[in-house]
Amino acid sequence: MTEPSIPGVAARPPRNHWWDVWDQFKVHKGALVGAFFFLLIVFLVLFGPLLWDIDPTKTNIRSRNQGMSWAHPFGTDQLGRDIFARMIAGGRVSMGVGLTAMALSVIIGTFVGVIAGYFKRLDGVLMRLTDLFLALPLMPLLLVTVLLFREPLSAAFGPEGGIFVLMVSAIGITSWMQTARIVRGDVLALKEREFVLAARSIGTPPRRMITRHILPNVMSPIMVSATLGIANAIITESALSFLGLGFPPDFPTWGRLLFDGVDYLTQYPERVFWPGLAISLTVLSVNYVGDGLRDALDPRIRGR
Amino acid sequence: MSAALVQVRDLKMHFPIYAGLFRRQVGSVKAVDGVSFDIMAGETLGLVGESGCGKSTCGRAVLRLYDITGGSITIDGREIGHVPQSALMGMRPTMQMVFQDPQASLNPRMTVAAIIGEPLDEHTDWSKAQKLDRIYELMDQVGLNRQFAHRYPHAFSGGQRQRIGIARALALKPKFIVCDEPIAALDVSIQAQVVNLLETLQDELGLTYLFISHDLSMVRHIADRVAVMYLGQVVELAPREALYHNPLHPYTQALLSAVPEPDPARAQTPQSRIILRGDVPSPADPPKGCNFCTRCPQVMARCKTEAPIFREVTPGRFVACHLYETVN
Repeated sequence: MTEPSIPGVAARPPRNHWWDVWDQFKVHKGALVGAFFFLLIVFLVLFGPLLWDIDPTKTNIRSRNQGMSWAHPFGTDQLGRDIFARMIAGGRVSMGVGLTAMALSVIIGTFVGVIAGYFKRLDGVLMRLTDLFLALPLMPLLLVTVLLFREPLSAAFGPEGGIFVLMVSAIGITSWMQTARIVRGDVLALKEREFVLAARSIGTPPRRMITRHILPNVMSPIMVSATLGIANAIITESALSFLGLGFPPDFPTWGRLLFDGVDYLTQYPERVFWPGLAISLTVLSVNYVGDGLRDALDPRIRGR
Repeated sequence: MSAALVQVRDLKMHFPIYAGLFRRQVGSVKAVDGVSFDIMAGETLGLVGESGCGKSTCGRAVLRLYDITGGSITIDGREIGHVPQSALMGMRPTMQMVFQDPQASLNPRMTVAAIIGEPLDEHTDWSKAQKLDRIYELMDQVGLNRQFAHRYPHAFSGGQRQRIGIARALALKPKFIVCDEPIAALDVSIQAQVVNLLETLQDELGLTYLFISHDLSMVRHIADRVAVMYLGQVVELAPREALYHNPLHPYTQALLSAVPEPDPARAQTPQSRIILRGDVPSPADPPKGCNFCTRCPQVMARCKTEAPIFREVTPGRFVACHLYETVN
């Protein structure tokens, strides 16, 4: 039995619950470190060109294959281009593609999963569609898409913008299926819980039932697939660039730098090391941030 | 007692069974199969029966949480048996439900204020402050400290969570509340508190309850009339004292003889306890004739072929049994 409250005394005004989320997030040391590194990378990638104003595409054949120095902190490549400047320029593209493609794939996946799980009638159709996408051989599909749409998109958004849109949509459209399946499974289980029945007895319409009761409770798997999705997108973009179907060869991305470095692996291993480290650090920090956020958003974990 | 607030006639709720390669319907689970009862305004009707006899399904079907197979439901003068879900929206404030498991019936991601306020969000266009006032008022009514309004359900004990569930059901000032085993998941000391709270609220607000439970002594405490269910059908419906002192249906007799008696001097001898043999038949394939004929100690030849009619044997007492067809 709880002690009765004193009538007339105003109850404590509600504290914005994002403060509680932040308090819990701070407890997770890995998430804090991850957030720090992620923000650092984002900062460098966004504002790096202002601080380090060497043109990443400028060749200087006399100073090629240099090691680390104050003039070129990460050295230069076989054409004498500054690798640090290329890392910054490549990071813009890789982070941009990774984050946008992840967002697209998570949005599609969550939408399909929630609709399939909640509305029994659409379940069969949407899940067969998911199976269809899972069964498609991805590489040939991507090759055909790139061949078909590269020209019109380049015409519409400019050569780099067109490729960016193409990359993001190609990766997003071919990687939402896992999210959809996981979300559907969770929604099916949630739908039978009594609080959903309680909301129905109140008369909550399906739209708000999903946004109020279903979505907040499937945040964890969505968060996990989102963090994994960034890594996946960056790597797929690298693979496509390597095959010559992504961005043009002289246009730096982390994946491109990595594959260019492979040829010189025995002589200059640091050329593979720097882009590899950047990709790993990004993926790792995003994973930790995702882990911390998931804990912080769960009121059962928060505050203990 | 005034006129009936809730009238249920021949309510049927069958769940289809799909099997085989093409998922064809091969039969149906007759969870509720022809149930009729009235609940007067301001009274508490107890609904008892063993596990799996269809009590909870019946309660949920009455509130149209399911799309019923057949029969009619009239609540507060409006027939709601077959209107589409979207048209029920306006009826929802009249009828509410308190759920069995207070752990599962509250969304773990919502604060207490958000949970209690959800009906207000859906059915009123009040301002935030107005809603918060009503939420605090409800929390006072069910004995929850206002300070806890912005905590999450996991921070509460079972009894407190059930109070949150009750406050949510009360938010729209309903007339009729289905209590679906509200005390089954609580321990005994808390059960009494919650039942007393329900009784107090009934007196203050003039509520009508359908109280579903398998706890016969608790139903005896709270209910005015009691309906006994067996395998999807109501076998006996009678005022509380009459039913507990003089059960008519053989199933009711067996059920009541199984209630433990704390006083050794009044305890029955083991011989006088009626022990039913066998298992409850499957609700997908109920016996022909009377549903209880496979286990009834007083079974007759007629019971196995002909289903008894649920009829009034003495004023206010309804029984479905061939033993009482000759009484009047």
